Amino acid sequence: MNIKSRDSKYLKGACMKYNLLEKTKVSELVNALKKKYRVVGPKEKENLFVYGDIEDAGEIRLEHKPPILSLKKYYLPQEEQLLAFKFKEVKAVPVEVKKENLVIFGAHTCDITGIICLDHASSIEPRDSNFHKRKKNVLIIGIECLRPCDEHATCVTMDTHNPKGGFDLMLTDAGNNYIVQVNSTEGENLINEYKFLFKESDAKSEDGLIKMRQEKEKWPRSLKVKTDDLKKTVDSGLKHKEWESVKARCVSCGNCTNVCPTCYCFDIKDDVDLNLNNGTRSRVWDSCQLKEFAEVAGGENFRKDRKSRQQHRLLRKFSFSVEKYNRFFCTGCGRCTRACMAKISLYETMNNLVKE
Amino acid sequence: MANDTVMEKEKKASLYEPVAGKIVSVRQMTETEKWFKIELEGKKELHHCPGQFVEVSLLGIGEAPISISSSPTQRGYFELCVRKAGKITTVLHGMNEGAEIGIRGPFGHGFPVDELKGKDLLFIAGGLGIAPLRSLINFVIDKRKDFGKVTILLGCKEPSQLLYKDEIEKWSKLTDVAFRCTVDRGAPDWKGNVGLITELIPGVDIDVKQTYSIVCGPPIMYKFVLVKLMEKNIPENQILLSLERRMKCGVGKCGHCQINKHYCCQDGPVFSYDKLKGLEGAL
Repeated sequence: MNIKSRDSKYLKGACMKYNLLEKTKVSELVNALKKKYRVVGPKEKENLFVYGDIEDAGEIRLEHKPPILSLKKYYLPQEEQLLAFKFKEVKAVPVEVKKENLVIFGAHTCDITGIICLDHASSIEPRDSNFHKRKKNVLIIGIECLRPCDEHATCVTMDTHNPKGGFDLMLTDAGNNYIVQVNSTEGENLINEYKFLFKESDAKSEDGLIKMRQEKEKWPRSLKVKTDDLKKTVDSGLKHKEWESVKARCVSCGNCTNVCPTCYCFDIKDDVDLNLNNGTRSRVWDSCQLKEFAEVAGGENFRKDRKSRQQHRLLRKFSFSVEKYNRFFCTGCGRCTRACMAKISLYETMNNLVKE
Repeated sequence: MANDTVMEKEKKASLYEPVAGKIVSVRQMTETEKWFKIELEGKKELHHCPGQFVEVSLLGIGEAPISISSSPTQRGYFELCVRKAGKITTVLHGMNEGAEIGIRGPFGHGFPVDELKGKDLLFIAGGLGIAPLRSLINFVIDKRKDFGKVTILLGCKEPSQLLYKDEIEKWSKLTDVAFRCTVDRGAPDWKGNVGLITELIPGVDIDVKQTYSIVCGPPIMYKFVLVKLMEKNIPENQILLSLERRMKCGVGKCGHCQINKHYCCQDGPVFSYDKLKGLEGAL
């Protein structure tokens, strides 16, 4: 097991515990959870998927492609109030994070990896307390992928296609049952609480798991660069002509960073109500792809062209994050490629960087 | 302290909550720069290190990172030199004595004061770059015996843009500080030097073993100054640069001020040149 989360909440794979959940009992489990928790999961929306509140267990689509936005919205909301104040006074009151017990039901391993990345970034001193307060109250029940989503996903190269921690329970399809891997004390408590829904696992099911995961290694790799060479490829490829093509196509819309499960940059903005009495200071998602992102008040812009901004994005995914957190900040989910209006593909860019 | 765990601390304070400060004095320095003297509520000390910055927080308007321009040897207050450049600084320029503002900080890594003790210091300030350097210059002057030779080179576009005129007058008269000033373009009543700041560097007598050069100015200045300092053979780790970036949150979270793997607001704004050399987009 190669769990890089420093969170002690998750058992580090020393003891693997498995249970079985009959597929017909999934609805019952979701409905039982709904009595105690806010349950969110992948749902269908206009031929795509979104993570949203589950009103009825039948809404959950365990077979899904990465939802439009990742799980990050539950940990770092698109807009989050930080302070409340009376306009023109100097004292402000911190806005407390609403305590809410949340169950995420049906997250893919790539998205769970995204939360591990955000955890690293938020744990650097001074810690981002809002992130950690939210995370403390989230239970993750993952669903293992048994086939690749599409050619845009690069999870095999990023080594995020198998469950490797960051979740409380992981469901793996095994015919009539789901094999349920327990990965935290909270996950175990949950199984104990709903014992009547689960069965003891058996050696045959667990052996099948290993075999199935070996098969997954044969999935096609659209990202041809070897995992070990990703950092070097970006670091040494900044002068490559491929960037001219990226620069010519990019429209600086910021879609790639908004949908990215590990992009956490934000802007801070003040809002004052119409009667000019009360106001709030909030942080809102921002994007390093927008022109004014690195611009200072005097007008100097440290990443003024689209090439330097796109390079910055890939450096943050494959290079700076390795130097700072010892891990990639790309989960291979493929969202940036799917969401790009200009058809800039992460894996094509990377593949071209290693060509002459 | 035993109870003060990380979680306890998180419950108590928000990273984004400003403390109250009062503008006790304002002075127009040039057409675009104002000098502010600020006291924190209850005359609390800011406890800054030369080279650090604060976020000036105007609720309902926003926040702007501003270098602290006074020395920590001055107790009970601190000073900011603010150029009217954006939304927040424009509102700040309209504020008078007695007005209250929010302050967060101090933030970042300032100048390595202990490392500089006993060393010769060559200050090179261009334009508004004098604001953060003044904090260290006055600190050094107040503790003069702790440092070796001190040279200050100051430059700006034209005489009307010269900041801290009275103070510069005093520096120029100090016998234990070598002070030289230049303007890019002269004026009829200007009797001083005319020319770029880089032209002053070759004339400085430098002992490379123990000279630290401390540089702050507009981005374009660094490239030319660095060439001259390299010609003088000053080691790269003895060249300290204070960088300007869009330091929005001040606490290494928002991403705006990122220079490669560094967050300028936490790892900087003061960097030694050897740390920045070769980093894409740093200089």
